[in-house]
Amino acid sequence: MGRYVIRRLLQMIPVFFGTTLLIFLMVNVMGDPIAGLCGDRACDPATEAQLRAEFGLDKPVWQQYLTYMGNVFTGDFGTAFNGQKVTELMATAFPITIRLTVVAIVFEIVIGISLGVVTGLRRGRPVDTTVLILTLVVISIPTFVTGLLLQLLLGVEWGIIKPSVSPEAPFNELLVPGLVLASVSLAYVTRLTRTSIAENARADYVRTAVAKGLPRRRVVIRHLLRNSLIPVVTFIGTDVGALMGGAIVTERIFNIHGVGFQLYQGILRQNSQTVVGFVTILVLVFLAANLIVDLLYAVLDPRIRYA
Amino acid sequence: MRGATQARWAACAVVVALAATACGGGGSSSGGGGANGIVSSSWGDPQNPLEPANTNEVQGGKVLDMVFRGLKRYDPKTGAADNMLAEKIDTKDNQNFTITLKDGWTFSNGEKITSKSFVDAWNYGALLKNNQKNAYFFGYIDGYKDVHPDTGSSTANTLSGLKVVDDKTFTVKLSQKFSLWPDTLGYPAFAPLPKAFYTDHAAWVAKPIGNGPYTVDKYTKGSSMSLRKWDKYPGADKAQNGGIDLKVYTDNNTAYTDLTAGNLDLVDDVPASQLKNVKADLGDRYINTPAGIIQTLAFPFYDKKWDTPNGAKVRQGLSMAINRAQITDQIFQKTRTPASDWTSPVLGVDGGFKEGLCGAPCEYNAANAKKLIQEGGGIPGGQLKISYNGDTGSHKEWVDAVCNSINKVMGNNKACVGAPVGTFADFRNQVTQQKLTGAWRAGWQMDYPLIQNFLQPLYYTDASSNDGKWSNKEFDGLVDKANAESDRARAVSTFQDAEKVLVAQMPVIPLWYQNGSAGYSDRISNVSLNQFSVPVYEQIKVK
Repeated sequence: MGRYVIRRLLQMIPVFFGTTLLIFLMVNVMGDPIAGLCGDRACDPATEAQLRAEFGLDKPVWQQYLTYMGNVFTGDFGTAFNGQKVTELMATAFPITIRLTVVAIVFEIVIGISLGVVTGLRRGRPVDTTVLILTLVVISIPTFVTGLLLQLLLGVEWGIIKPSVSPEAPFNELLVPGLVLASVSLAYVTRLTRTSIAENARADYVRTAVAKGLPRRRVVIRHLLRNSLIPVVTFIGTDVGALMGGAIVTERIFNIHGVGFQLYQGILRQNSQTVVGFVTILVLVFLAANLIVDLLYAVLDPRIRYA
Repeated sequence: MRGATQARWAACAVVVALAATACGGGGSSSGGGGANGIVSSSWGDPQNPLEPANTNEVQGGKVLDMVFRGLKRYDPKTGAADNMLAEKIDTKDNQNFTITLKDGWTFSNGEKITSKSFVDAWNYGALLKNNQKNAYFFGYIDGYKDVHPDTGSSTANTLSGLKVVDDKTFTVKLSQKFSLWPDTLGYPAFAPLPKAFYTDHAAWVAKPIGNGPYTVDKYTKGSSMSLRKWDKYPGADKAQNGGIDLKVYTDNNTAYTDLTAGNLDLVDDVPASQLKNVKADLGDRYINTPAGIIQTLAFPFYDKKWDTPNGAKVRQGLSMAINRAQITDQIFQKTRTPASDWTSPVLGVDGGFKEGLCGAPCEYNAANAKKLIQEGGGIPGGQLKISYNGDTGSHKEWVDAVCNSINKVMGNNKACVGAPVGTFADFRNQVTQQKLTGAWRAGWQMDYPLIQNFLQPLYYTDASSNDGKWSNKEFDGLVDKANAESDRARAVSTFQDAEKVLVAQMPVIPLWYQNGSAGYSDRISNVSLNQFSVPVYEQIKVK
């Protein structure tokens, strides 16, 4: 197990450098960031040259990348164009997005898995059909539609929530945005769990467990669910990264100043320091989530062992 | 039956979730009413650090307008440049100015405002190593080329044209005659700065100290700023409310939703998609007034294809092929006004705005348009490509409409096409690097309400924003003449003569004047927008 973890961690190093280099190149290909800094007029050439030197944009790209990576390892992610340190931006954006992601994941796990178990055990019954239709509806409606609709109904028409989240973004204000963010994945989790449960319900070990006279609750939770969770855990694990980076739509609708918003602004302003910094952290989150998923397999299914 | 209990449990979780959110809702930030009432207003994240000479966009400018007062201030209604901190600005030759300050002005930290507060601030703003994006504002002052050369490093640290005479007086020498120069001094870049700005710059930027009707109470970068009324403010334009809370919105649609839900008092940028509902939602609490912004189509004169003797005919023809009235009605819901000159209605008739100055070349006339374009040798390259940035400002809609209008006139579906560019930065990059070979969308937001500002920076040979590199001796001569004119009315009419050269040459096609649009809640009143489409915050009253 220990050796396996070390091997995985070592594998992460080239992946990390590769992805950051790709992002760095992509941002650079998008064009010259200084050109957009002065609005609809051109910056005067002297100031432009100064700014270029300040942000290190006057050097060749490979050199910029090396300097950048060198700084990253000392914890310096550079400065955004508005004079703020990127680490400062991260310190405000990541906690908010992490909260949002936690809310979304909890919804996915609690609602998704429960619905999946219920429908998986009652295949073909009305409950099953209803949930299947509902999940189909949720999957087919884009997030921004659900988001705007809920915002309009709950926020403006009924006044149950505030339509926008305050800058501090406490948990209670993030519940509806979290639900919106989770909605599509939630539907997938339900369907994955349902299929997996339905398939394993006829497995030998389940029959054995029932024959042993174990209580039904124990059979379902300890034996059936635990083995059926492997595809679900894989999905949720990769979803953590996707939710953190892909929350741009939800964050815009509900005015959440999280990672998605910062990335969006960074791209609009072509602020390579912000974009590369945030993506670097997201890459790390992805890698860590994937590792945890793989380790969880062994916990869920004792037959899986890592050497 | 166990499955059913689980389902019920899940349903309960949802109910609890919604109920908990309900607890979070309500309870707005509104303080008391009347003179102490707090107004909440939408905001965008300023692009640059908040320094007077470094702020060149509306969001940062909004704050500077509340926190700073300069020598002059533009009357929010008429746009006239009135003396604020200046007692008088004297000149005999339109080149050497003596500025006298009023008594009794201090910064909000108690520091007295002297002529040094101005001279130091201007020297800071002009000096190359301080990277101030508005440094060019000081370009008329003598010695600017030494502190801010086009290339290389500066040879002086202070502008030679600035001299402190005593605490209340300083003199300015310009490098050329410029009669309207005192009128430019209302721009925030010319604001005075306290000593704290230089001694602890980081702290100052984190929480700016100025001399305006408001002080910064709390500033959380990227998300909000609380401004509170400064009780000891010595000016006549004291704040009539307790303060302003600026909130950064990720999307102006969300800000608008918040306004309709009663969580926000003021939105100064009504999203285009809501313009259809705005009358029904807000009634007369919707403001749609002209701002000092004009949108144009620019052409590349650095490209031989466009710089031909007959080119003016083609450009005039293209201008006549655009149905401005229809586009401003249908696409912009009347938040734009068809342009008939190269300035803006906010200047007023005395300031140089002249409706219809452009005449027939700016009026839709399909038959003549086609004739003119053909006489001029047709559209260079056979096709007009209009470049625009696709990321912000919904430019695609109107560019497509303009092309549609031109295509109809030409009877050719391919005569004009839109050429989107991904980001604004990339778009500006292509413009300044002279990579565009067709037309592109251009816009000009005035720095100060002067006709000079609508003409000289854009069309004078090699001027800072003359991106198409158009050059015309007659035009340059008239601008020089107008700047040297000591009589204001004669200066304005000479600028208009210069504008008539633009009618004949059509270096850019004027499209429409942009309005500022805002909406507000029934909690507040006396809301208006100034010529820069920024709300006049200090006049807002809370019920």
